[in-house]
Amino acid sequence: MDFFIQQIAAGLTNGAIYACVALGLVMIYVSTDHINFAQGEMAMFATYLAWAMIDAGLPYWVAFGATLLIAFASGLFIQRVILKPLETAPVLALVVCFIALLSIFNALAGMIWSFTIKQFPSPFPRRDLFGNGLVSAQQLGVVAVTLVMLAALTVFFRYTTLGLAMRAAAQNATSARLMGVRVSWMLALGWGLASGIGSIAGMLVAPIVFLDPNMMTGILVYGFAGALVGGIGNPLGAVFGGFIVGVLENLVGSYIIGNELKLSFALVMVVGVLLLKPAGIFGRVIVKRV
Amino acid sequence: MAALLEVKGLSAWYGQIRALFDLDLTIEQGGVTALLGANGAGKTTSLRAICNMIRRAGTTIMDGTDISRRTTEDIVRMGVAHVPEGRGTFVALSVEENLRLAFHIRRDRKAAERDMEKVFTYFPRLKERIHQQAGTLSGGEQQMLAVARALMLAPRLMLLDEPSFGLAPLIVQEIFRILRRINEDEKVSMLIVEQNAALALELADHVYLLETGRVVMSGPSAMVKNDETLRKAYLGY
Repeated sequence: MDFFIQQIAAGLTNGAIYACVALGLVMIYVSTDHINFAQGEMAMFATYLAWAMIDAGLPYWVAFGATLLIAFASGLFIQRVILKPLETAPVLALVVCFIALLSIFNALAGMIWSFTIKQFPSPFPRRDLFGNGLVSAQQLGVVAVTLVMLAALTVFFRYTTLGLAMRAAAQNATSARLMGVRVSWMLALGWGLASGIGSIAGMLVAPIVFLDPNMMTGILVYGFAGALVGGIGNPLGAVFGGFIVGVLENLVGSYIIGNELKLSFALVMVVGVLLLKPAGIFGRVIVKRV
Repeated sequence: MAALLEVKGLSAWYGQIRALFDLDLTIEQGGVTALLGANGAGKTTSLRAICNMIRRAGTTIMDGTDISRRTTEDIVRMGVAHVPEGRGTFVALSVEENLRLAFHIRRDRKAAERDMEKVFTYFPRLKERIHQQAGTLSGGEQQMLAVARALMLAPRLMLLDEPSFGLAPLIVQEIFRILRRINEDEKVSMLIVEQNAALALELADHVYLLETGRVVMSGPSAMVKNDETLRKAYLGY
């Protein structure tokens, strides 16, 4: 029973990280219908920046905040400078662009910081939380950071007019323009937010998997699975999906198929969801009238 | 009366196809102008071209400022509210959110709150449905919401694209009554595109008749109303 609870706790911790990645993907998908394949590498690069700042002697949370801001600004910058000229380009051109971003960030990180793995500090102690070896403070911390971020995003999208304008732009761009909303800037803001959320995922996962330029590759697959399971067009669904994937992956890994096949299980989930319920568990099938 | 909107030599294209040929049009301050014509005459295209939503050429001058090269968003921010064909409802947002979206560009929050109250006096039905998801509203209610959204922008000019489309006659009459009140009480000028010519002639003081992308006649609406040959030839009644 203890082992089972430990696995659930570990699953929720991973799930929190997948939820962040999934949310970043969904944020861009709902407004542009694109999947940003570079999401993981952008997060990895941001995590290296955090590492460099901590290495230079900055306190953890200062580095955390600064990284978040830099990641937000670079997301905004990438949309404005690289993607805006491609607004009317065919989808394949964008896919190539995303893959290019992916390899650029990967190579840059390797070039600047080398491909050897690094230890990334965690702000939360590894010690046992209740003295029974079930849940660690580190695990609780990761979940807490994710939940705080979710709450902040919910407040932003629900209760601010800027958040409302972003939702409107994602739903009906033409109509949003007719309400005076600068839709192109809303897309840029979406990229900034997605990039910021991604950097949180990177900083949370780095203490668990260690920091190296390829650390997000697997995580991105899990995040993508989470987004699909929850419904790729539904931010809240993506978060639940992330948690579901995290827990299931851990349970299936430790009881049924072993750790080596865990990543394949994520892909099985992707295929399964697409076959059985393409809109995802929380997704709605949207019928478009033409 | 000074001209609020002056359009000179406006042309527009859909891809390679030219849909509008050198349209000249003037809208007086506080006036209601109707664009009439058959299907495909270029009525909707004219509205879209004024708002820079399609490829176009020519000059549009709003209250002395040249807006020909402004983006749609900026034209809206200058006080041109376009109630589009198909109503442009944000279906997944609530009625209240549809209206509150205007707060994004309103500098004066207090004035915007007052406008919200005012909008509800014009459209009490929307107040009853305030928390309802806008996609679940009836066609007539969505048309009211579209006009209400435009009104929330505190516009000086409203462009209305077939507000009667697909609605029951009673609802249409109600909406046109409200439009008349908005024009009189809020001093909002209007450019209205309609298939229902008789209805539009009631509301408008000035009329332009379009045929295959060109103006074939313009003048005071009384003139068209009283000219039976003209009505029969172009408006079919």
